[in-house]
Amino acid sequence: MSAEMNQDTIADVTKVDVTKAAVTKGAIKIDDVVKIYDPNGAAVMAVDHCSIDIPAGEICMIVGPSGCGKTTLLNAIAGFHDITSGSIHLDGELLCGPEKPQAEPGSDRIVVFQNGALFPWKTNLENVAFGPMMAGKLGKKEIYDKARAMMADAGLSGTENNYPGEVSSGLRRRVEIVRALMNDPKVLLFDEPYRALDSLTKSVMHEALLEIYYRNKVTIFFITHDLEEAIFLGHRLIIMSSRPCKPKKIVEVDIPHPRDYSVLTSQRFREIMGEAKGVVHEEAQKAFAAGEREG
Amino acid sequence: MKQGTFVSKLFSRATLRGIFAIALFIVIWEAGARSEQWFGFRMPFLGLVPPPTDVAVSWAGLLGDAGYWQSWYMSFLRVFGGFLAAMLIGIPLGLFMAVNKTFYGIYFPTFEIMRPIPPLAWVPASIIFWPTQELSIAFVTFLGAFYTIVINVLGGARSINKQFLQAAQSMGASQWDIFRRIVLPATLPSIVVGSAVGMGITWEVVVAAEMISGGGGSGGASGGLGFFIWSSYVGGSYEQIVVGMISIGIAGYFSSEILRQLGGLLTPWLKTR
Repeated sequence: MSAEMNQDTIADVTKVDVTKAAVTKGAIKIDDVVKIYDPNGAAVMAVDHCSIDIPAGEICMIVGPSGCGKTTLLNAIAGFHDITSGSIHLDGELLCGPEKPQAEPGSDRIVVFQNGALFPWKTNLENVAFGPMMAGKLGKKEIYDKARAMMADAGLSGTENNYPGEVSSGLRRRVEIVRALMNDPKVLLFDEPYRALDSLTKSVMHEALLEIYYRNKVTIFFITHDLEEAIFLGHRLIIMSSRPCKPKKIVEVDIPHPRDYSVLTSQRFREIMGEAKGVVHEEAQKAFAAGEREG
Repeated sequence: MKQGTFVSKLFSRATLRGIFAIALFIVIWEAGARSEQWFGFRMPFLGLVPPPTDVAVSWAGLLGDAGYWQSWYMSFLRVFGGFLAAMLIGIPLGLFMAVNKTFYGIYFPTFEIMRPIPPLAWVPASIIFWPTQELSIAFVTFLGAFYTIVINVLGGARSINKQFLQAAQSMGASQWDIFRRIVLPATLPSIVVGSAVGMGITWEVVVAAEMISGGGGSGGASGGLGFFIWSSYVGGSYEQIVVGMISIGIAGYFSSEILRQLGGLLTPWLKTR
């Protein structure tokens, strides 16, 4: 991306309201959720009496060691599997609870997957248009016009007719986020989407994600084990214990939005990093020790 | 400078290498076959084979022969008939087994027991089953491609990335949409591979079936390339045996090439990898 273009988008961003109070939809209430895999057999507890309240429009970073059960929580919100007990509400409406252990998957909650799930047989544009085409509310031309406009906004002009396999992994991730946004979701669920990217691409992707967030403002539920990423992006960090996963410490990131990468070198960033690092490290060691026992 | 044009491809290093290799092969064959008259001793194996120049002369004589082309035509007809039937039945069957657990549970064990039976082992049974020789050859040909196509389609459809299905479901796709827009295109590469492998087996099978069954009962020109080779052997024309063999090689190559081209058109996204 050219420097000129960056200037443009940042200038734009200052015009839009970036406070999360402006968002009214997408509040998630996770209440005392337990998930036990194979309750009659090995009975592996993945999530242990976990309660998290996420206000509408927040970027909520779920931080924890690999394999701690974060993805289990995300899948429960998305409706990809059931929960054992507890409940999850979206804007006061029950997604899943005692009477209904598994939520219906829906276009109000879209997942951006760890390994990417763009359909390789569809062009980037067709991928982006997929959700509205399935919803069938708008005409094809309208949908494609909107898709092109959204892609242009995200700096994806010129890649519309490429297949996902033809563009870089960084661009693919951006296409996937735009595809998610085309559904007008209340919540975006990110499952470590930048895990496989190198750190330079990652930093570009972080700024791009924030730009997209400032324009579209949705609630973001973002799983990661990268602390720097978590603090740079998030309003709040929920640091999870190693398996079974439950919130161990909540860290408020009071660095004002809009943010750019200069934040990383600020005094406040280092302070928050210091505060969070001790807890994360302790949990990582626990997970490591547990892993060794299992091995 | 435009890369990849036809002319630059024609004179590319890879093409020249291929031409050189074929030329070398023919020279060695010729020398081996004529070793007795040229060097005074007969080379093992190659010394018994008719030399390529004699084969070429024999072939040239056959080019105007309607019977020879009729053999091509009959074998092609059987191959494509059997192959087409295998695709029409095998692809839906493989897909249905992949999406329906009950049907999979009922049918797969039988399928797996039948699959290792070589198509040629079916020749006597199929001669008994089917009213005409022609149908029994077509049936054996069909079996050659059928199992390979089914197993590939099934494998492809079952190994679809689960997240594609979840993503589509989240975005409001119906069951039918998921089948048509996700399962089918995701399985296409496996369908193409299964078809290409199945086509190869089809040529192997049809020739053997023609030899065994005596080529469609009436024999002669309607016997196909397999029977052409067999009758050349019986008639003692060794050059024609080789002509028949090379003809099958060429026919198989073109069949596979057509499938590769079609497959490429159907799966344009794979070219980018």
